[in-house]
Amino acid sequence: MGQIVLNQVQKKFGDVEVIPPLDLTIEDGEFTVFVGPSGCGKSTLLRLIAGLEDVTAGSIQIDGKETSNLPPAKRGLAMVFQSYALYPHMTVRKNIAFPLRMAKLDQAEIDQRVANAAEVLNLTEYLDRRPGQLSGGQRQRVAIGRAIVREPAAFLFDEPLSNLDAALRVGMRLEISELHKRLATTMIYVTHDQVEAMTMADKIVVLNAGVIEQVGSPLELYRNPRNHFVAGFIGSPKMNFISGEAASDMNAHTIGIRPEHIEVSESAGEWTGVVGVSEHLGSDTFFHIHDTGLGDTLTVRADGEVGFKHGDKINLTPRTDMIHKFDDQGLRIGE
Amino acid sequence: MATQHSRSAARMMMAPAVILLLGWMLVPLTMTLFFSFKKYLPLRGDSVANGLDWVGFENYVRFVGSSSFWPSIQATLVIVGGVLVITVVLGILLALLLDRPMWGQGIVRILVISPFFVMPTVSGLVWKNMFMDPINGLLAHLYKFFGAEPVQWLSQASLESIIMIVSWQWLPFATLILLTAIQSLDSEQLEAAEMDGAPVIKRFWHIILPHMSRAITVVILIQTIFLLSIFAEIFVTTAGAFGTKTLTYLIFQRVLESQNVGLGSAGGVYAIILANIVAIFLMRIVGKNLD
Ligand SMILES: Nc1ncnc2c1ncn2[C@@H]1O[C@H](COP(=O)(O)OP(=O)(O)O)[C@@H](O)[C@H]1O
Ligand SMILES: [Mg+2]
Repeated sequence: MGQIVLNQVQKKFGDVEVIPPLDLTIEDGEFTVFVGPSGCGKSTLLRLIAGLEDVTAGSIQIDGKETSNLPPAKRGLAMVFQSYALYPHMTVRKNIAFPLRMAKLDQAEIDQRVANAAEVLNLTEYLDRRPGQLSGGQRQRVAIGRAIVREPAAFLFDEPLSNLDAALRVGMRLEISELHKRLATTMIYVTHDQVEAMTMADKIVVLNAGVIEQVGSPLELYRNPRNHFVAGFIGSPKMNFISGEAASDMNAHTIGIRPEHIEVSESAGEWTGVVGVSEHLGSDTFFHIHDTGLGDTLTVRADGEVGFKHGDKINLTPRTDMIHKFDDQGLRIGE
Repeated sequence: MATQHSRSAARMMMAPAVILLLGWMLVPLTMTLFFSFKKYLPLRGDSVANGLDWVGFENYVRFVGSSSFWPSIQATLVIVGGVLVITVVLGILLALLLDRPMWGQGIVRILVISPFFVMPTVSGLVWKNMFMDPINGLLAHLYKFFGAEPVQWLSQASLESIIMIVSWQWLPFATLILLTAIQSLDSEQLEAAEMDGAPVIKRFWHIILPHMSRAITVVILIQTIFLLSIFAEIFVTTAGAFGTKTLTYLIFQRVLESQNVGLGSAGGVYAIILANIVAIFLMRIVGKNLD
């Protein structure tokens, strides 16, 4: 069980309001990702839920129980920190057992649970090593192990993968998703990386300067971004924004079109431009197109085999059903 | 640092320092050893110029045979041990306190550190005359204020008094080193322990204390080296009376009061041996923290 309800939660550091009053409901068993640029208050929000920071105003309910005045240990949550925060002088076994020892479980039970966690996380061989003798990915798993043995109501992750290299990150992403499927426990996962958000989340919460911009499933956010900010943040490469005449022709202040929703052609198209840098990923190629008369550089995605060279002339056709329109407030228009 | 070339360059660069240090150590050590096997009583007309008589191990036997020897070893160990316990325990508490954000932190830190800048002779005299004097001392006034009989600190509780004075001097050192250790602790570790359900005391015991163990080791080792040779504090307070005669003080008395250089030198060699025994012993106990 682990439904978490935030009600008008606000946080100020001195006079600085980092989180304006905010409402949010996280359903039991859901994998929720808080995503937003650095410094937007994701960690602060997570720490408020964890109880590591006191709320300035508002209430936090976990499983219907008011917890905003409870100390962290009483909230039944487990957290995985960005720095892993392993205890360096303890072996892996002792690290994982620590919360159980603090809960005064008997030794047989502790051994049993530690063995299970080690098994699940492939740590059995390393139980007698110190954290200093482990690789980054293994340390990450120990931190997760320390969280799962407590069987918490919910897991909180604060950018757990940001210290890992790209290949490991992809692997750990899958492992954490697997873990969520297996445990079916509520997880709140903080990241600034929208790819992690898109690939892992049941529900994404997009934050900007402490304000929730939009809440929804990955595809909802991708298909129907509520505003300019979400549209630009979700999706990789970024959505192209065009303002000026092309936009006002469509009765919008700004229009947005994703790189994958523009067709390229040598002969004919709605817009023309000159190819700048091309990024070949094998499966796809991204072209950065200049001199389209639409303002900024446009990014388009084409098939990996499409061969335009630097300086070539290129014709572009946007898929009209995939054009997003925004008004002068940055809010989405229509549908 | 890895290539042949850089290694030999490094050796050349370090050579002057190493040679200087070796000379610094070896010359006095050799002289002490030399004198310890000689009869050398300057007041009886012995002098290096006339040649000194070789007496074998006689000085060593006499030094140990003296009734002051074992009590002096005991006094030395009690003082060193007492000061270590007090400075480490209070140092940890003070460091924990100073680590908390508080009003006037800068000033408080300077105040805490300041005893370290007072010369041992001065602090001995200040304690003797200002605090411990049985008639005019502040402590005597305090006792009288509460209707108690003032303690004659330096005669009735002489060892304790010396331990108190020396601890006061060394507490800042311990506090400072331990404070930097506490400050280097990653706050996420404490937060993780808090989430893991460890209350304050257990966080101290399981996280903060192990984190500080290395610093504690350093404090103990460095202090032991200096405490084995404290002298001024004893000289200006009890002058070695009332059971406060340490090994260092005994050597001083043999050389300067009895004017027996040979006997004092033999004592000096015993002091070196004692210091090494203590050092090895300490390294054994705490050495595993220094990897
Ligand atoms: N303890 C604190 N005191 C003052 N300001 C803080 C504190 N913690 C965070 N902040 C501020 O709150 C804002 C949000 O920080 P944070 O939640 O860490 O961002 P994120 O995790 O999204 O990168 C930042 O501007 C940061 O400077
Ligand atoms: Mg953060």
